[in-house]
Amino acid sequence: MDHPPSDFASQLCFSHSVEFVKLASEEADIVNLGQGFPDFSPPEFAVEAFQHAVSGDFMLNQYTKAFGYPPLTKILASFFGKLLGQEIDPLKNVLVTVGAYGALFTAFQALVDEGDEVIIIEPFFDCYEPMTLMAGGRPVFVPLKPSPTQKGEPDSSSNWQLDPTELASKFTSRTKAFILNTPNNPLGKVFSREELELVASLCQQHDVVCITDEVYQWLVFDGFQHISIASLPGMWERTLTIGSAGKTFSVTGWKVGWVLGPDRLMKHLRTVHQNSIYHCPTQGQAAVAQSFEREQLHFGQPSSYFVQLPQYIQRCRDHMIQSLQSVGLRPVIPQGSYFLITDISDFKNKMPDLPGAADEPYDKRFVKWMIKNKGLVAIPVSIFFSVPHQKFFDHYIRFCFVKDESTLRAMDQKLQKWKAELTP
Amino acid sequence: MPRSTAKLVFFYLSFWAFLKMSLKFKNAKRIEGLDSNVWIEFTKLAADPSVVNLGQGLPDISPPVYVKEELSKIAAIDNLNQYTRGFGHPSLVKALSCLYEKFYQNQINPNEEILVTVGAYGSLFNAIQGLIDEGDEVIVIVPFYDCYEPMVRMAGATPVFVPLRCKPVDGKKCSSSDWTLDPQELASKFNSKTKAIILNTPHNPLGKVYTKEELQVIADLCIKYDTLCISDEVYEWLVYTGNKHFKIATFPGMWERTITIGSAGKTFSVTGWKLGWSIGPKHLIKHLQTVQQNTVYTCATPLQEALAQALWIDIKRMDDPECYFNSLPKELEVKRDRMVHLLESVGLKPIVPDGGYFIIADVSLLDVDLFDMKDSNEPYDYKFVKWMIKNKKLSAIPVSAFCNAETKLQFEKFVRFCFIKELVDKDFKADIINVKIWS
Repeated sequence: MDHPPSDFASQLCFSHSVEFVKLASEEADIVNLGQGFPDFSPPEFAVEAFQHAVSGDFMLNQYTKAFGYPPLTKILASFFGKLLGQEIDPLKNVLVTVGAYGALFTAFQALVDEGDEVIIIEPFFDCYEPMTLMAGGRPVFVPLKPSPTQKGEPDSSSNWQLDPTELASKFTSRTKAFILNTPNNPLGKVFSREELELVASLCQQHDVVCITDEVYQWLVFDGFQHISIASLPGMWERTLTIGSAGKTFSVTGWKVGWVLGPDRLMKHLRTVHQNSIYHCPTQGQAAVAQSFEREQLHFGQPSSYFVQLPQYIQRCRDHMIQSLQSVGLRPVIPQGSYFLITDISDFKNKMPDLPGAADEPYDKRFVKWMIKNKGLVAIPVSIFFSVPHQKFFDHYIRFCFVKDESTLRAMDQKLQKWKAELTP
Repeated sequence: MPRSTAKLVFFYLSFWAFLKMSLKFKNAKRIEGLDSNVWIEFTKLAADPSVVNLGQGLPDISPPVYVKEELSKIAAIDNLNQYTRGFGHPSLVKALSCLYEKFYQNQINPNEEILVTVGAYGSLFNAIQGLIDEGDEVIVIVPFYDCYEPMVRMAGATPVFVPLRCKPVDGKKCSSSDWTLDPQELASKFNSKTKAIILNTPHNPLGKVYTKEELQVIADLCIKYDTLCISDEVYEWLVYTGNKHFKIATFPGMWERTITIGSAGKTFSVTGWKLGWSIGPKHLIKHLQTVQQNTVYTCATPLQEALAQALWIDIKRMDDPECYFNSLPKELEVKRDRMVHLLESVGLKPIVPDGGYFIIADVSLLDVDLFDMKDSNEPYDYKFVKWMIKNKKLSAIPVSAFCNAETKLQFEKFVRFCFIKELVDKDFKADIINVKIWS
């Protein structure tokens, strides 16, 4: 008796980051800088909001409206309406989903058909490719490429750019959607207005839907500005903007996300939603609504979490950068997001033959060796590239710096021990 | 080119560009025709606060105190605010494994044979997406919980319908056990293309609890045709006196081909937690896990931990009348009986359910004058419910919503009422549901 999986399930290989997270959990005494979640507390007001949601009105234990708990869709509409400069209707232009992950899935299933092309910028959050494939679409990759840096100067995510001619060449009559992720995971790039205008003009020229993953929109450093492409002229009507309560309020375990967009696109997402999970849990939504209401009152002020969090995280980032540099690792300074990537070329030159499968990219072997021998967990960056391009980017690993002070100090200890082992 | 011609050309090009643009923003084919939904329509109509809503299967009674307390306690625990294991929070899958091992002959591996999903709805979706392919046939028993048909179609498969048929016994009160499948008719639906059959016991909307013999007929066919069984058992604890819930996965030859779906929402009266689970053999569950990894990745952490704690409390006292798995069906049986009495007293003919949250009633005997809806080509029960909402301030769900196009007429005299409601306990002579309003 053979019960093969559906075609979709058979095409989708086991997630790579899941593999490394599992590996990390099997080793004792390690510092986990791999998966992207904070290990510090969420802000008090968010915790209180959740406590309020679970101990107040007992009817919050029951189903709410399928497309979003009304106070949440209302506050998302008003909050983001202001940011995007757009009149947003809570019923027509907002859909609440199970995390931004669920929002991405819903968007792909709603719009991508067999044979449709989907342009994905490399490096990419690893679910974009399998989600495109699951919808029968064909991923078309376009790389961010680093320009050479001055000797001694650290590389920065702003240095990694799209080639405009190459980008334009990827659009065909079969292009259905363009996936944008800004700030970008894993690189930390924050796309500039000029870069977004280029993408916008191509999307308009070729009549393409832009799906923009903006989960890290508040995690922007060094005075850079996050710009939502939906706010650019001509883009609201063709853009789906995805956000995450998990990354916004440091509560990744609540799994509340959303999509904002024009009704003519949103109605298709609603159809997928009502035929896949139908409702999202009520209390998490109530807590997110209350948290946004609090932020709306403090917006732009020093007391705003959206001001304090990036300030705190920037210090974490800077701490990590210094520590990594001290052992000869070369971090690429991210303009935003939870992550930075680090060049391990020097290690690749000094110890090219690390244990691993014959065709296993170097960075994967390096990470496994590092977990086992140095007690540090990171994620190999080649998994964020399409298979044919992995060999060109097998000399980077990704670290998450959204960590508590104690975690960063534990990282320092591991790195110092490592440094001591390097000096003869 | 003269200006008028230029204008014409411009107009033509713009129109063509607009047409092309509208085509590109169309929905993907997989959801073609799946946009309407009976709940969206009727929930809107019933949203008027003056309307008594006996439509949606949503308890308005409080969940048990200890369930609420567990969630409250967990809300204060820091690390439960971050991601947990994608296929199910460890303490939850362990609790589920412990609970269900009591019903299955073998131990259940919490990591490989259990998947936690976004409600039972999410389990249905993962199972269908993970196992059903384009061109497959899936047998759906009519009436059916309305999402089965669109989910099967979304996977590119063809639903094959087989109706439950009523064989009432004279003199005996009409009950959900009178509705059965004709074994020959059921057998005729199976063929080499049949990938799965979807079973729902206790059944929504009828409240039927399949007997051992009835399940054996289904099991025999599944084995004969090497078919999967997706068994939706969300109401598994809500079985009334004289009836017993059987798990088809425990029948010989069935474990290896069955996905059994459960629901925290229906188990603990917490539908808003949206947690469900699939239990089955590793070689099937792994495909549901693949779908999970590419859809939601993980479910909410604090709710899963709270559910685990609540389960442990009741697992430890399965024989105790205080255990919610025992106390809730007792509480609901009383409500069911009151509801049966109430519906009879206003001239409706209820079908007494053996399990579940719902009761269906034949409304045709009232012969209500639906004159202002005679032009609508909706089934009778749709018209009746809309009339009832408008004129009697009472909402329910038309049973033909649980039927495919071809069988709607067979069930259009029936309307579904939900009785897990506070007001069912109130004195019938009170104002809300009053015999007088029907005269």
